[in-house]
Amino acid sequence: MIEIRLHGRGGQGVVKASHIVVRAAVAGGTYGQFIPFFGVERKGSPVFGFLRLSHTPIRRKTQIYHPDILMIFDDSLISLPAAYEGLKEGGMVIINTVKDIEELNIPEQAGDVALVNATGISEELFGRNMPNTSMLGALAKVTDLVSKEDLFNEIAAAFGEKNRTAAQKAYDSVKIIKKEAE
Amino acid sequence: MAKYTAMTGNTAAYNGAALCRPDLIAAYPITPQSSVVEGLAGLVYGGKLDSNFVQVESEHSAMSVVQGAAAAGGRVFTATSAQGLALMYEPYFRMSTLRIPMVMAIATREMTSPETIWSGQQDAMSVREAGWIQMFCESNQEILDMIIQAYAIAENKKVMLPVNVCYDGFYSSHLIEGIQLPEQAEVDAFLPRHDEYAYLDPAHPAALDPLTPGELMMKYRKKHLEAMQEAKAVIEETDAAFAAHFGRNYGGLIEEYKTEDADVVLLTVGGMSGTGKDAVDAAREKGIKAGLIKIRFIRPFPAERIAKALAGKKAFAVVDRSVSFGWNCGPMYMETKAALADADEKYCSFSAIGGLGGADISFEYLLGCIEKLEAKKDQPGKRDTVWLMD
Repeated sequence: MIEIRLHGRGGQGVVKASHIVVRAAVAGGTYGQFIPFFGVERKGSPVFGFLRLSHTPIRRKTQIYHPDILMIFDDSLISLPAAYEGLKEGGMVIINTVKDIEELNIPEQAGDVALVNATGISEELFGRNMPNTSMLGALAKVTDLVSKEDLFNEIAAAFGEKNRTAAQKAYDSVKIIKKEAE
Repeated sequence: MAKYTAMTGNTAAYNGAALCRPDLIAAYPITPQSSVVEGLAGLVYGGKLDSNFVQVESEHSAMSVVQGAAAAGGRVFTATSAQGLALMYEPYFRMSTLRIPMVMAIATREMTSPETIWSGQQDAMSVREAGWIQMFCESNQEILDMIIQAYAIAENKKVMLPVNVCYDGFYSSHLIEGIQLPEQAEVDAFLPRHDEYAYLDPAHPAALDPLTPGELMMKYRKKHLEAMQEAKAVIEETDAAFAAHFGRNYGGLIEEYKTEDADVVLLTVGGMSGTGKDAVDAAREKGIKAGLIKIRFIRPFPAERIAKALAGKKAFAVVDRSVSFGWNCGPMYMETKAALADADEKYCSFSAIGGLGGADISFEYLLGCIEKLEAKKDQPGKRDTVWLMD
């Protein structure tokens, strides 16, 4: 089982993106589960959610404290202690940013880091910051727990072909920085 | 052929209700149940469900409207949470004591105050003496399946009582996962319509529920209590019949997980049961003989089955997502102890309270309960209530 914690801001489509991932897992005959964390969010306030993918049924219904993957939809969120908290040793960070990795305070235990300009892709295609489908394109590049085809089909089914294009652009442009061997 | 598809708990609830072909739905939206109401309204006004959807201005009206429709012979459905359930308490009580079958989903939520909209089971637990059958679900599949089973139980002539199908607010209502969505024809075959019952008919005017003096009132109550006990066998039979139709079953009144050779047993209610099963497996890897009993029905309370399942065990903890204000513990802990009667002093046991107001019942908390039981299992007696918080 892979546990993914998502951090974003209200209005960035964290919940809808997660539903797409679960649908893609189900379409591929495997197991997915997502629990949104509901606070007192308004548009722009920090939101997060808990996504699990597995080849066997997922029974636990809890929050995620030690994620294998962090998906950070907005790089301004890294100033909050909750963003990187509990990341597993060697865990991956996928982050929507135009910054260099040195500026992101990536925690020591992190493994590979995937940098993607999801905001730029969405602004170019939709004229506004809606990074969720681009973030899924980046996820497709770094995990094989859902197939790229299933994921992109679910994106197109939910939001149309333009969002499939956004995901593909992110898939092609995501910059994966491997953890240096010590 | 059933279709494997991803659904939230609320989506599973409204699809389950729709598959039972309700004649009338009346509901008022409240967090976290709202998308049940929105979903049913969408199906009816979208022409996909042939039913009457009545928009009401409160939960009191919702229950009153479905009560009238059910008294006229209709199959009816509603859903609510927390303060909405509190507001409908008056017709809610009358629904069960009129012995009219129906199904109501409760996406359970903490009761205020402090002000909250988040998860907790205090709402449904607090009305467990209002005469309804009440059951709690662990998974979204169970939500859909139990709404279908609930109509079969409610409408059984030996029972004739309304049923609450409860599931955790947010942790189930807003959790999305894959489930098998049955075909309409499969549900129709499992759940036939009853037209032999007496009902109100304008062509043959009659009064319902006249003032009833005490002696007669007592006969009604006695029969109501007897029906609640009769329901125990009906619940087990319905689960077996459901398995024959759909290939899935849940254990009836309770589900036992790895209890057979267990020394220490966790008792759980609702969605936390899945986390508890993971904790049991982890404890077994550490050499602890752990098991779990999922209390599925709280009314009728499965006293006999719980006592039997715990027979010969050394220690147990009951995890409640609600409190008993009078007993300084969780309500299901008190009822489990009552079910054990004179035997309860042979066990090491404690009440654990967690998950109030949306707090998480984590894997670590439940594994911690099992480890505490293991450490104390050879010293019988009741321990202090454990609060699952940092």
